[in-house]
Amino acid sequence: MNAPAGAGCFHCGEPLPELPRYAVSVDGRERRVCCAGCRAAAEFIQGAGLGDYYRFRTAVAPRPQAAGGDDVWATYDRPEVQAPLLGRDGDAAVVNLLVEDLRCAACSWLIGARLGRLPGVVRASVNPATARAQVAFDPRQSGLATVLRAIAALGYRPHVLGAADTLAVATRERRGALKRLAVAGFGMMQVMMIATALYIGAVDGMDPVIREYLRIISLVVTAPVLVYAGRPFFAGALASLRARHVGMDVPVAIGIGLAFAASAWNTLRHVGDVYFDSVVMFIFLLLLGRYVEMLARHRAGSTAEALLRLVPATALRLAAGGRERVPVAVLAAGDRVLVPVGECFPADGRVVAGATEADEALLTGESQPVAKAEGARVIAGALNCASPVTVEIAAVGQSTVLAGIVRLLERAQTERPRIARLADRAAAWFVSRVLIGAALVAALWLVVDPARAFEATLAVLVVTCPCALSLATPTAITAATATLARAGLLVTRPDALEELARADTVLFDKTGTLSLGRPRLEQVSVRGLGREQALAIAAALERGSAHPLAQAFDAIAAAPAEDAAVFPGRGVEGSVAAVRYRIGTAEFVAELAGPRPAGVAEAGVHLGSAAGWLAALEFGDALRPGAAEVVRELESLGLEPRIASGDQAAAVGAAAGALGIRRWQARLLPADKLALLARLRAGGARVLAVGDGVNDAPTLRAAPVSLALGTGSALAQASADLVALRGELGTLPLAVRTARRTTAIIRQNLVWSAGYNLVALPVAALGWVPPWLAAVGMSASSLLVVLNALRLARRPRPARPGGARRALARPVAAT
Amino acid sequence: MTIIFILIPLGLVLVGLALWAFFWAVGDGQFDDLESPGWAVLADDPAAGPDEARR
Repeated sequence: MNAPAGAGCFHCGEPLPELPRYAVSVDGRERRVCCAGCRAAAEFIQGAGLGDYYRFRTAVAPRPQAAGGDDVWATYDRPEVQAPLLGRDGDAAVVNLLVEDLRCAACSWLIGARLGRLPGVVRASVNPATARAQVAFDPRQSGLATVLRAIAALGYRPHVLGAADTLAVATRERRGALKRLAVAGFGMMQVMMIATALYIGAVDGMDPVIREYLRIISLVVTAPVLVYAGRPFFAGALASLRARHVGMDVPVAIGIGLAFAASAWNTLRHVGDVYFDSVVMFIFLLLLGRYVEMLARHRAGSTAEALLRLVPATALRLAAGGRERVPVAVLAAGDRVLVPVGECFPADGRVVAGATEADEALLTGESQPVAKAEGARVIAGALNCASPVTVEIAAVGQSTVLAGIVRLLERAQTERPRIARLADRAAAWFVSRVLIGAALVAALWLVVDPARAFEATLAVLVVTCPCALSLATPTAITAATATLARAGLLVTRPDALEELARADTVLFDKTGTLSLGRPRLEQVSVRGLGREQALAIAAALERGSAHPLAQAFDAIAAAPAEDAAVFPGRGVEGSVAAVRYRIGTAEFVAELAGPRPAGVAEAGVHLGSAAGWLAALEFGDALRPGAAEVVRELESLGLEPRIASGDQAAAVGAAAGALGIRRWQARLLPADKLALLARLRAGGARVLAVGDGVNDAPTLRAAPVSLALGTGSALAQASADLVALRGELGTLPLAVRTARRTTAIIRQNLVWSAGYNLVALPVAALGWVPPWLAAVGMSASSLLVVLNALRLARRPRPARPGGARRALARPVAAT
Repeated sequence: MTIIFILIPLGLVLVGLALWAFFWAVGDGQFDDLESPGWAVLADDPAAGPDEARR
């Protein structure tokens, strides 16, 4: 998808202001951009010969931060700051970065190409899938600050991860899984090819020498597959037996172990039948399922990484000799920092100079900005949106509110009950019965005919090899996961689907989940001038303000007002066409426009000039498009919707009323949400939690199953079982329906494999199963299970057109 | 059919070679990013410096 032509900024896709006009020339054509920052970025990209970026990108670029007076990154060139962050690779210094807003392959190419041109950069690898970059550079030619500055100049936000690459663990895991998958896949091809010859030989007759030869080759190929690729199953089985619990790994390990042992024994004895083909196929299919599962887990990200994105990397510390940029890590309680507008508070503290408003939506769920006068407490991660303030730091690191939420999150993890998976229960039941059955058979045959005891027992164990049983769940879940991924829903925990199918209550967060979390102009009443005119003046005044209310005017084109001044907690004053206007609280406007006329309510936002009161504006937290349909659809699926919000009661009540949700609670802290969840669970409800904010993260983690919106905080995404990548609620009913179909198919598969074994076991126990029939039965039952599961991968319901596009074209920046 | 006594081991040797090549590729990071290198091919001249790039 290219940048929306004409509609928005060529570089970042934001709406274009009417005036001033900024334009860049790209490939000979004039393109409009929204601001000086975007113009600089686009000109830079063109000038550096990186214009291909615009041809190949699939998502719009982030909007570059307006260049501030002070250099945020210079501090990274100080040796004591840089030393712990850099690794070494020969002469070069290596640093790992997390690049925020890195969205598509073209972005990664752009950053890679830009870094490649810095003097002294030896290697720059940028991975769009993980949003990571690893840069190796010669510290004598370029500093760390130069690298960070170059990335920031393109509009991306680099975070320094440090020398120890946290990604290394994930990379190692993925590489190991890929290697095992390859070994199993190559082995499967070889063994299956030979097995075909053996099956044909069994029917048509075959030279015994060649038969024995082919069987030995099969053994030679299968052994490394079993040992190398099958290791996770044996390790898992051992671990679960140690924990005195029969998980799914136990029957898998028993199945492949026994089938291999029996086949190897028969090969060496030159009699009986071999099942090498089943063993390798089985290992390959299970590994494939686990690989898909692992990819989804890695994409969802980790809690630690999510936190990194939340708090700024550096802060402006005020010292006796002036102010300096320091990394947040060196801040201590008692330090004073200056927080400019548009930056997040680096730590918990108290405002000591100035007054402002803080956007705490992601942290508390409060949809309106909170006024912070002198002496007010501010929390780390909240956005300063009205005017610069000086903050005295009260708590850093482990004692911040944010760290408290993370601790809550960790506790929530341990409180989560162990979910007894359908297949685990079936496995425990089945394995014990088979083992008892085999022992009985062995005992009986020892009495009746000791010579045949071994053979018959082996037949029982092989015929009942729980292949179909073990494949029943993973195949169905893999197919369902793939279907949902195509619809834009990431399943990060495989048992989430089973729990989702059982859910009967949906606990929604409001701000950012049911609503968009940004204000929308609901009502305008004007006095003495046109509606359009009033809105244009209001938009002009709000242009350039970081205040969340200003976003409501984004769509209205207007040039910024002249000498606009922000009065924190009150409003904005500025001149449009040489007339002074004020927009803000009634009290603030009255100072310019005279006493409030009768008939104008005090609440809301007002616009006035010296000539009088001009307009009254009302804002609301706009509901997410389609939220009402989603709620109705969930109700028709038998789920009861509820709202648990951190916002004010009035706002929550209005949203609940509009959506037809009867049960709602407001002003909940993260711990209150957890308590509510526990109460619901105690009442027997099976809860699906849906949220997006940092304050929702503990609830998402503690709920039996949870969904986070991909446009919300990274912490919520790292805590949830499902992530709606496009930030749409519309996929939720689809997920519930798919989950229910998945459980139904798992159940069918389990019943089928149990039924097959029930029939096969007595026949095998009597010694009546000829070798070829055992092999055919085993393969056919596994195949049937796989085919049944594949029904889930068929045709996902088409997502509503347009919705997904819009969400992509207008990414919501998470702070 | 005695030829299979040579051909099958030979096939296995080839499989071993293929696996070795795959292991090397995985270890080299060839599979870590399957997206951006594909795009890099389409870019005109990524190696050119800022001055040469203005054709």
